Amino acid sequence: MWRSCKALLLRDLQLAQKQGGGLGAALAFILAVLVLMPISLGPDLALLQRLAPGLMWLSLLLAVLLTADRMFQQDYEDGSLDLMTMAQTPFELVVLMKFFSHWLTVSLPLALIAPPLGLMLNLDIASLPILWVSMITGSLALSLLAGLGGAVTVGLRRGGLLVSLLIMPLYVPVLIFGVSATTMMMGPQSAAPSLMILCAITIVSFVVAPLASAAALRAYLQ
Amino acid sequence: MQRFANPALFLKLANPLLPWAWAVTAILFAFGLYGAFITSPPDYQQGETVRIMYIHVPAASLSLLIYVAMAFFSAVAHIFKHPLADVAAKTAAPIGAVYCFLALATGSLWGKPMWGAWWVWDARLTSMFVLMLLYLGYMAIWQSIDDPNRAALIARVVAIVGVINVPIVKFSVNWWNSLHQPASILKMGGPSIAGSMLWPLLTMMAAYGFLFLALHLMSMRSEIAARKLRQLRSANLGDN
Repeated sequence: MWRSCKALLLRDLQLAQKQGGGLGAALAFILAVLVLMPISLGPDLALLQRLAPGLMWLSLLLAVLLTADRMFQQDYEDGSLDLMTMAQTPFELVVLMKFFSHWLTVSLPLALIAPPLGLMLNLDIASLPILWVSMITGSLALSLLAGLGGAVTVGLRRGGLLVSLLIMPLYVPVLIFGVSATTMMMGPQSAAPSLMILCAITIVSFVVAPLASAAALRAYLQ
Repeated sequence: MQRFANPALFLKLANPLLPWAWAVTAILFAFGLYGAFITSPPDYQQGETVRIMYIHVPAASLSLLIYVAMAFFSAVAHIFKHPLADVAAKTAAPIGAVYCFLALATGSLWGKPMWGAWWVWDARLTSMFVLMLLYLGYMAIWQSIDDPNRAALIARVVAIVGVINVPIVKFSVNWWNSLHQPASILKMGGPSIAGSMLWPLLTMMAAYGFLFLALHLMSMRSEIAARKLRQLRSANLGDN
């Protein structure tokens, strides 16, 4: 079973590397947002510094959501998803490997690249480490929930629009605690509670997302 | 429970029940509104504007309860494959969504004189807004998938995953520093609200509940009829 999981993971990583997995689009989106934000908010640097952690998290969230629908799209269309349901490996595990590969190719790289880009928003350099930690901690939850959205809308033509509506409510806690980790750290309190809650959300999504996504995908594959 | 799976049997039960449900709804609303506007006292701080509580609180509580009911129906559909369970969940959603919107709107109208703001992004209001989004997402699933059986399967997933929000809404005023009033009824130590305000509030809640029951039964009736129509149409097409 571990061999098939590893094989699935390697397959998706190789596909992402050859085709460009979505990281490019997501990164371009983040850059676009970061360029347009100061233009729309005005040049007040103090304001931008106060808003920077929240805006960074928001752009990370939306960028990951952007790549959500491509997670299962190709395999659904060419029939490989159908084959995967008939494999010996439990389908939930297959779906989990897809989430992992998305995390490794999109969310984690974005979480690593994005914080320094926050300097464009006059991000306080002292808050850079905690922004890094909170984004990396939350990146897996973002991938898992985005994958859930992608699975629920895989057979729909305009699925991308519905993904946002469905997954936005689930992203709200991740966003709240991700940003509060940074703002707490810069204030007098500790970031630990927020980070722990981010981990808790990740653990719950780790269980719920594969089960729910597998059920939704099976519904489309019938 | 499988006895009621047959739509004909369900209709045989629902049809006579419906007029009684409407009658009880009307009576409860009459008593509740009378209690709310005439007999209950004005608040020592808020004065007469407290009376919007009798519209706002039942709508909010019921919208939460209806979401739980939706998730319960979806779970029953998934576990027991009860064919009417999906219909029950589908038809409950719009009513719950309207109740949720009513709660948000009346809360906003109440908040402006009380807090000075139409809307604040505190825990309770944000989580109720998230509930509204969950309702809309659920209804959108039914709208966007053509095949009702497939739509049912996906909708179950969406309803069950979203139910995590309900305890968050309920306990949001305890877990976070919120502008919204903390729990006054369902809390440790029992209700802290005055009896003269509690009974109209509970009557209004029961009234909203029976209104939901009446509307839900009517909605299920029309959904069953729509499905029959769809079946007849596709059978007719098959013949030709």
